[in-house]
Amino acid sequence: MQSTTSLSRRHLLKWAGAGTTVAIASAVLPNFGISSALAAELGDGDIGVLNYAYALEQLEAAFYTQVLDNPFANMQVNDQRILKQIRDHEIAHRDFLKRALGSNAIPALEVDFSAVDFSSRASVLGTADVFENLGVAAYNGAGQLIATPDYLIAAGSIVSVEARHAAAIADLLRPFSAEAAGRGNVDARGLDKALLPSKVLPKAAPFIVTEVTAATLP
Amino acid sequence: MSNENTILGAIEPELADKIVSNRRNVFTRYAKAAGFLTSAPLVLALASNQAFGQGLPQQITDTLNFALTLEYLEAAFYDQGNKSGVIPAKYRSVFRTIGQHENAHVKLLKSVLGSAAVAAPAVDFTAGGKYADVWENFDTFLTLSQTFEDLGVAAYKGQAGNLMGSREVLTVALQIHSVEARHASEVRRIGLKFGWDGAFDKPLSKNAVLAAATPFLA
Repeated sequence: MQSTTSLSRRHLLKWAGAGTTVAIASAVLPNFGISSALAAELGDGDIGVLNYAYALEQLEAAFYTQVLDNPFANMQVNDQRILKQIRDHEIAHRDFLKRALGSNAIPALEVDFSAVDFSSRASVLGTADVFENLGVAAYNGAGQLIATPDYLIAAGSIVSVEARHAAAIADLLRPFSAEAAGRGNVDARGLDKALLPSKVLPKAAPFIVTEVTAATLP
Repeated sequence: MSNENTILGAIEPELADKIVSNRRNVFTRYAKAAGFLTSAPLVLALASNQAFGQGLPQQITDTLNFALTLEYLEAAFYDQGNKSGVIPAKYRSVFRTIGQHENAHVKLLKSVLGSAAVAAPAVDFTAGGKYADVWENFDTFLTLSQTFEDLGVAAYKGQAGNLMGSREVLTVALQIHSVEARHASEVRRIGLKFGWDGAFDKPLSKNAVLAAATPFLA
């Protein structure tokens, strides 16, 4: 089976800044030689879950900030109004989590959006679609890991807004479509996705330069 | 050129705040006039668990039945609405999709609760005549649709803490919760509104939800 060392790193994930998703399995983890200033360990229990959410909100806030700082060609008023509000929500989520975490908060993450063509509406909205749906699945999967009821409610207050964003982005891509009502993300049982951190982090990895580790989150 | 900025820039800061806050009120006034705060449902389970209902703690059974009641209400609303002819052609795929999801939620909750499931309530979507034109006037239909969806989001969120005793049930409830939020966002969009009220969605207590839903229970 696994050695003590590999067990303790079973869920260690490297969020590489490369253009591809990197999911590193237990036995093949290299020794990264992480320097503390360049890495972030999410931590245990509720702190770990909140830091996990904080990492994702940092990613989203940074993305939409860049979208509005470099608007794609001929950005219509409708796109702009909606994207601005989403940006402001993500910043509010990020700041709320940072405040809640206090000294336990991971540092600001360095992001890498080189895979996104900010001059292209399709690229921007396609990326937004990925981020919003990943956020929904991440919060849905993390709820069961939260021990403190107040934190669960706080997470719930954020996830439904992420789901509202996901629908709004889907509507911008395909106005008044079944997809805007959830098709493609909602299964035959009427359920949205729920993913554990070990499934979500590798999907976020291509966009984050800072090495983020989740040693104890499932 | 930048007429808008020039005009806004000429307004005194306090007056600008007032205008902005008044405009924000416009978004909530419609819902308040209809007598609602938000929209409706609740919780969950895995399709494979048959005798789950009998084995669940009473608190979870009660919560799931509360959710099931709201889902019955929503499913009946869309079943009738989709057959009524009130929905303009361009929005039909949205409401058909939403109706499919609500029926799937009913089926799922019933399967989880087994013999503990409550029966479907008798419904009156005119609320005793207050919304007499719900099946002829799309604006009325849309008002009720948004109410049910926003109410569902707030209801599931408000009940999440009561489901912490079962990771499976809590997760399923969260997976429904975010689907209701997608619906709420798209329905609002069709009504030419933003899909949200702000960065954080508020939960509603069971009593508040029942107060909002009761007029539609015959």
